[in-house]
Amino acid sequence: MIGESVPRLEDRPLLRGEGRFVADISLPHQLHMRVVRSHAAHGTIESIDATGALAVPGVAAVWTGVDVSDIAPIDFRQVGADQMVPYRQPILAQERVRYVGEPVAVVFATDPYTAEDGAEAVILEVSELAPVLDTTGPLGDFDGRLDTEAYVFTEQTGDVDAAFARAEHVIEAEFGVGRHTGVPLECRGALAVHHRTTQTLEFLGAAKVPFQNRDALAAMLGLPPSRVVLREAHVGGGFGVRGELYPEDVLVALAALRLGRPVKWIEDRHEHLVAANHSRDQRHRLRVATDDSGVIEGLEVEFVSDQGAYVRTHGATVATLAAAMLPGPYRIPNYRVTGRVRLSNKTPAGTYRAPGRYESTFVRERALDAVAAELGVDRAEIRRRNLIAPTEMPFERGIDALGTAVVYDSGKYEMMLDRVLGHIDYPALTWSLAERRAAGELVGLGIGFFVEKSGLGPFAGSRVEVDPSGCVTVTTGEASVGQGFETVMAQICAETLDVGLDRISVVHGQTDQMSYGMGAFASRATVMAGTATHDASLALRQRAIEVAAEMLEANPADLELVDGAVRVAGSPTRAVSLGEVASALGPASPYADGRPGLVTEEWYLTSHMNYPYGLHAGVVALDADTGSLSIERYVIAYDIGRAINPMLVEGQIVGGAAQGFGGALFEDFSYDEIGQPQVTTFMDYLMPTAAEMPELEILLSEDAPSPLNPLGVKGAGEGGTNACGAVIAAAVDDALDRPGAVTSLPITPERLHALCRSSPATA
Amino acid sequence: MKPAAFEYHAPRTLEEALGLLEEHQDEAKVLAGGQSLVPAMNFRLARPAVLVDIAHVPDLDRIDEADPASVTIGARVRHLDLEHNTIAGPLGSLIASTGRWVGHYPIRIRGTFGGSLAHADPAAEWCALARALDAEIHCRSTTGERTVGAGDFFEQMAFTTCLEPDELLVGVRLPRLGDSWGVGMAEFARRWGDFAIVLAVAAVERDGDSIAGARIALGGVAGGPVRAANAEALMAGRPATAETAAAAAAAAAEEVDPTGDIHGSADYRRDLVRAMVTRALDQALA
Repeated sequence: MIGESVPRLEDRPLLRGEGRFVADISLPHQLHMRVVRSHAAHGTIESIDATGALAVPGVAAVWTGVDVSDIAPIDFRQVGADQMVPYRQPILAQERVRYVGEPVAVVFATDPYTAEDGAEAVILEVSELAPVLDTTGPLGDFDGRLDTEAYVFTEQTGDVDAAFARAEHVIEAEFGVGRHTGVPLECRGALAVHHRTTQTLEFLGAAKVPFQNRDALAAMLGLPPSRVVLREAHVGGGFGVRGELYPEDVLVALAALRLGRPVKWIEDRHEHLVAANHSRDQRHRLRVATDDSGVIEGLEVEFVSDQGAYVRTHGATVATLAAAMLPGPYRIPNYRVTGRVRLSNKTPAGTYRAPGRYESTFVRERALDAVAAELGVDRAEIRRRNLIAPTEMPFERGIDALGTAVVYDSGKYEMMLDRVLGHIDYPALTWSLAERRAAGELVGLGIGFFVEKSGLGPFAGSRVEVDPSGCVTVTTGEASVGQGFETVMAQICAETLDVGLDRISVVHGQTDQMSYGMGAFASRATVMAGTATHDASLALRQRAIEVAAEMLEANPADLELVDGAVRVAGSPTRAVSLGEVASALGPASPYADGRPGLVTEEWYLTSHMNYPYGLHAGVVALDADTGSLSIERYVIAYDIGRAINPMLVEGQIVGGAAQGFGGALFEDFSYDEIGQPQVTTFMDYLMPTAAEMPELEILLSEDAPSPLNPLGVKGAGEGGTNACGAVIAAAVDDALDRPGAVTSLPITPERLHALCRSSPATA
Repeated sequence: MKPAAFEYHAPRTLEEALGLLEEHQDEAKVLAGGQSLVPAMNFRLARPAVLVDIAHVPDLDRIDEADPASVTIGARVRHLDLEHNTIAGPLGSLIASTGRWVGHYPIRIRGTFGGSLAHADPAAEWCALARALDAEIHCRSTTGERTVGAGDFFEQMAFTTCLEPDELLVGVRLPRLGDSWGVGMAEFARRWGDFAIVLAVAAVERDGDSIAGARIALGGVAGGPVRAANAEALMAGRPATAETAAAAAAAAAEEVDPTGDIHGSADYRRDLVRAMVTRALDQALA
């Protein structure tokens, strides 16, 4: 069952229109919330007049900042630090507004149309202040006391200064990645109700991290955590963005408590693009020290992350990951990085699929290409000379990420390089592209290597229970954002219990079903919850055999579990089904002996992440007349350790690559000079569609299983995205025969057109 | 993203529809395919008090080919039906090749020809085609019908036409093109299905090896569709060659005065005009 591309259990309800997304759920007497958002990028709130809104028939209440000033700002979930505390976001703006789209008031009404009518009638007056829109420029003022640099950190390993002192070549460069983010098909949404009989606040529409959000909401609202229940419904995509705790979530929960009616909020797309986390947007300056053969001896990087107007739940996660993962698959013994998290008057930022790595892979692989060009060494060869060898595993990087030391658990990097070069027939492809360029075409190849990270701990739990009919329920505190979590958990359970997938149901993201849970981020769900489910299934199998041995009066060593039944090996008629074992384990049954029910619970603990890796190679063709780019061919090699369901892994890679191409070519949250966002609808936020996607060639491998878990599995979520920007940029350079031509993303047609016009290849 | 309140009417006859427009004047908007109006209403950029849905008005969905010299396209003919039209000769192929570029498939199923013209997006394919062919646009009100040439129909301000508040665009007459005509259409957009950054529609009449006359319309470079008059004049009488096409494209790039936005600066659009006119003319001269 493990390793089989079985169809997703999730698809049947979704394809039949039976999905239950939060927008599909309604409760009697519910109110609808509409958020009034700042039209100004930066300024002092002079007044907010809600009189007109309150006069709209059907409007039940209007709140502004003063009504919620007793509620603390939203705290960090990851990578917090004391100095960032003042930069957290209040749930409604207090004295200042700091970005267009910031919530300043909320209107509650009997239907969403009336709520929007009411919101239109709220009058916000702002005395405008100069916005900060370029975080590489001078720092701005945050609140009259603090400037806009929220956090600075330096990490280093080795002796960087000595490395530069003895270097034979030093290359300096500056690279940038634009502002874009995950845009799930389903916008955010929440529905909260306060059940007075049980004194419980129920919150539907949770995603990604329901347990952590339960704890945060309970703390903010002054409720016992056990009296706050978060429920995940179907989730239409997460990508790091959906499911974090946002101001709107807290407002919905607070309103359900204070107004005594269920409160529902469904975000629209216009809101989503100015209110949900943005991401990326980093500028890096770096120096690379190499010897004469191109072996990198030292790397020094300083970068700025444009955090937007507030530090949200992720704290400094993105910058931390960019710094920690920047060296990638290369040895680079001496490395120093300084990251600066700076605020601007843009929508606040958080993680997005391959956070920090999409950026740092772009920077690192651009740098490797620069070294290759400087030394006149082939681009694949320069990588080969710097790759960490399998014999060096586990490889200690000497720096930390997310509170844990970066230790690559396993990897056979050169084997992957050879596989990809063989697959594309590198010498022949390079030659044929050179021929085509000589004939006037603008075609080129790029390659980009990367190490990913997955399976963030410290824990995941799983409870496996069989009912008297033989049906199995797997319950975890982890989450599904639509990635196939249920299918994967069921496959892992089915492998051990030898029961059909149709007999297994998977419960996730319900905070009243488990005491602890983390969630769906950092490519952790399959690694962490999968291992816990594996362990719990093994324990259940053991328990079933023990009990069956008594029931059958047989020696446990003679028993086997086949097709959902325990039987005596060699004598298949002497058998009891798992359902019969469960039936025999009633609380008063002699078999139970103080342990009623056929149920086990296991917790998988780990202090280290594991590190999948991959290599992308792409061929692009440019049209000099228009600056358009087409991807002729795109290869993604990825080592997953062990694939539970290869089809789902490939699906993750394809979807991830689409988002990677989006950031490389199309998606860009631009602002005008007064901080007005220029990209607030799908007419301007251009995600690639099927028409823009090339056919992907995916080379999935299992060369380097993780030694950190019994399945050997690593995470699949982010490898498709990681190197797209780096590879497209490299391919453009090659097409123009101009190393280092591309220094920033996205590569829009206009920028490419300008590059084509100024390149010798097209002169 | 919920529209402001509005009154909805679904008239069963043309007279009834025109009566409603006369009654409600500026307050009313005509709903046909709804592919532009409905999103604008959801954003509350448009907030008509009254919607007059012409879905049930008879005969507006017909392509009338009775006249040997022209074809009249009803206001409610869908983009998809034009993409798959059976109109003979170069006109039919120009309409088909232009129709392919209108939005995405689901938009082409619902959106209408007349709606596109009345909406007058500066980057709309049909507006450029109508301008290239000097379409005659039939505008009806309770007081009668008038016919306006495409050159007068589109104002040079985006989304603005000469339609009066009580008038309904009922049909558009396009001249048939004989076998001496060649046609071409080229468009550049960021993604397949997006509004054009620049588009060019060309129709060229040949006289043996030379050019008798040329019609070149551009979208995305002004408030409305424009003709590249200098480029057209340059082509007349010249040989039907790629060199002439290139010279005309250069002239077209010279004579436009585009404004920039986040998808393309003025200079970039000018370069795109040159590229798109070259491509449209290359097709027309092939």
